[in-house]
Amino acid sequence: MHHPRQRPGKTVLLTFALAALTCVTMTSAQEPDFGDVGFEFPPEPPPQAADTPTEFDGVPLSIPGGATEALLFYLFGGTLLVSALGVCISRSVVRMATWLFFTLGAASVLYFLLGAAFLGAIQLIVYAGGTLILLVFGVMLTSKSPWVRYDCPRTEMAAAAGVAIVLFAGLLTLLTRTVWPGTAPMARGGTVAEFGKELLTTYLVPFEVASVLLLVVMIAAAYLARQDR
Amino acid sequence: MADIGLMHYLMLAAALFCCGIFVMMTKRNAIGILIGVELVLNSVNINFIAFDRYRLIHGLDGQIAALFVILLAAAEAAVAVAICMNLYKNLNTIDVDRGDALHG
Amino acid sequence: MTQMSVPWRPRGKAKFDGPAGMVAGGAKTVFAIFAPFVRAFPGAIMLSAVFGTIVAVWAHYLLFEVVDIALIGSTFNIPANTGLLGGPLTVEEARSALTQIGAPAAGFLCYLLYPVQYGLVRDLVAAGGILGFISVIPLYTIWWERKVAGRIQSRTGPMRVGGWHGWSQSMADGIKLICKEDLCPAGADKPLFKLAPYLAFVPAILAFFALPFGTYWVFRQLDVALVFILAMLGIEVLGVIIAGWASNNKWSVYGAMREACQMVSYEIPMGMALLIPIMCVGTLSLTTIGDTQSGGWTSWIVFRSPFTFAAALVYYIASLASCKRAPFDLPESESELVAGFHTEYSGFRWSLFFFAEYAAMFVVSGLLVILFFGAWYSPLPLLWADGLGESLPARAVKGVLFAGPIWFIAKCVFLLYVQIWLRWTLPRIRIDQVLYACIQVLLPLMMLILLGHTFYELLVPVGGVVWTLFNLILSTIGAVLMIGMLFVATYGCWNRVRLVGNLGRELLPGS
Repeated sequence: MHHPRQRPGKTVLLTFALAALTCVTMTSAQEPDFGDVGFEFPPEPPPQAADTPTEFDGVPLSIPGGATEALLFYLFGGTLLVSALGVCISRSVVRMATWLFFTLGAASVLYFLLGAAFLGAIQLIVYAGGTLILLVFGVMLTSKSPWVRYDCPRTEMAAAAGVAIVLFAGLLTLLTRTVWPGTAPMARGGTVAEFGKELLTTYLVPFEVASVLLLVVMIAAAYLARQDR
Repeated sequence: MADIGLMHYLMLAAALFCCGIFVMMTKRNAIGILIGVELVLNSVNINFIAFDRYRLIHGLDGQIAALFVILLAAAEAAVAVAICMNLYKNLNTIDVDRGDALHG
Repeated sequence: MTQMSVPWRPRGKAKFDGPAGMVAGGAKTVFAIFAPFVRAFPGAIMLSAVFGTIVAVWAHYLLFEVVDIALIGSTFNIPANTGLLGGPLTVEEARSALTQIGAPAAGFLCYLLYPVQYGLVRDLVAAGGILGFISVIPLYTIWWERKVAGRIQSRTGPMRVGGWHGWSQSMADGIKLICKEDLCPAGADKPLFKLAPYLAFVPAILAFFALPFGTYWVFRQLDVALVFILAMLGIEVLGVIIAGWASNNKWSVYGAMREACQMVSYEIPMGMALLIPIMCVGTLSLTTIGDTQSGGWTSWIVFRSPFTFAAALVYYIASLASCKRAPFDLPESESELVAGFHTEYSGFRWSLFFFAEYAAMFVVSGLLVILFFGAWYSPLPLLWADGLGESLPARAVKGVLFAGPIWFIAKCVFLLYVQIWLRWTLPRIRIDQVLYACIQVLLPLMMLILLGHTFYELLVPVGGVVWTLFNLILSTIGAVLMIGMLFVATYGCWNRVRLVGNLGRELLPGS
């Protein structure tokens, strides 16, 4: 499915933009000073503050530490990376979606590992059980045969790979040069009750805006996809 | 090696982010590009939750930001799939390079 | 061993050689030893197998409890020790803990107990138990479904394999399926085609890891168990869709598309119906929701308000659609789509889809039981069991009469039976009717129920006059329905020969 007309080359533009961005991030990562940008890190809480029992019942998720955590992290982090690379090199969209499924599952295990059990479950139900199925459904509705592929020229592929690697190098530089303030991990994850209370008090307005947004999206998707247009 | 810290999660998320960018740049299939966007959003989510666990942000802010990201990703996918269906209806393909006319 | 008279010509002796011959010979020897017993006492063997399983599981539970007592008695801190490799508990400590609760043969048991203290060993034992349970459930549900289907159509169903009412028919089918050729069509997307059955089967297993069978009978007591199980049921669909797509067959793709739109639509009323018990109890943890229903028949959430009663019904309909049971079995309809998504599958991979389907049937029934129908509690209030004390026999009585996995499994099996019953009595509906029923009937109805229940919880005080009145009326309706059904079933069973004749059973070998 190669298009005969000459294109301006989306990848070339993106390459320049991202290379410029990467250079900027790499050079500006010398001595980060978060005080200048008007952002205050919260003071480090006393070590036991988060561990005191709250008024909610429910089982707080105990986070495995030490060797168990390392084992699980490398196992599922590795799965995440391998399946993300699988998404990159697959040419059929349904195979990409299958690799994406493993990426999402591994990310969900990482959320559990980070003490965000509720988000891990939500990731599985919304992303893997909803969004992904929608994507595969979209593929089924928009392809004439399973073997239709829209391939990218090799030169653009190489350019994109170069950009991605440069970007990764830039991000790594940025990460390693940054001095993070206190990074003592929480001993336990939040319970669902705490999460829900936060959502309905501090974040009530975004929560309601999000529900309105979902309604708008529902109507918009139904309007766009209707039969007689 | 044995102790997993914030940096491990951030590096993993950076790698995932770059994979997502690569997918967005190279795929010509509209739904393939959407999959790249999902990878990028996931890397952002890992960052948010890692910051949350390592107490770089206040309370549960990171987790709640991640929740909104998941929600917006679902909404975005619904609209994008509807747009893809329209693209297919008009052009009989979902090759994004073919969708370069201002009205179709 | 007497040869049964069969209407077909007996085959010649099968010839095996090499290792296959040794395996076949061993199997024949085992069969020759056990077959006479199975033929003679089929009912007793089945009953004792069920009873033995229960006793074995209960013994495991007691072992775990003893380990916990011993760990509390020792100086070690529990949470720090339940990691991957547990904590050091000496044999002497185990022995003293055993003598403390008065167990017989403490000197011997303490060596048995020693490995159980390690979290990894416990997890392996429990995971093995769950895998065994998942393997047994589909085998017997399929056999039972064929028997029920036979009775509904005035036939007898499988009667030959194993002797008593064809009880090992499913095992024979399983052996046949494993031996069959594993076909992969030439035009298929091979890796995806081979992967898809596992994508359907593994989530079904994972759902069991969060499904509690009793207050302490759960592999992982997740705070988000309900969302987790729903997610697993949703992911199972992905396997079906990918199977249909990868088969590269028009019927399969149609089946997959039907499955996708049906599942995505019915998840909405299903999730909304599940919100109602969450609103009543205020948690997502299935264990906690189950434990609030310990007060007997009237405390079950389904009888709490008219809205919960309606929500249980909506959930049941939506759950039928979500595990593609009739009348919503459009993804695999034999008559139109030639089996739909699994047209191209054969052998072991085909059977994995059925394991997944029957496991999912059990999981959705389990969710309904935990959330609405009193979880693992019997209709008797648990309060009455307080006078029994804590001795071992008293706990056995409590486990059988008041609360325990037996009740949970019995209720689930009853709901499985209702699913089978509906499948063989209702006609399949069209896909547009399926979607109409969801989007235009169930969804608005469920929204009304949700809104109504919100106001009911807000405005009607728990334990007040209105609340008690509704609770009693609904409990009575439920009791009347249940007793009526039991009565009809008993009457039908008693008069079966007069109602349908003996179906020529005296001619069949298994009767």
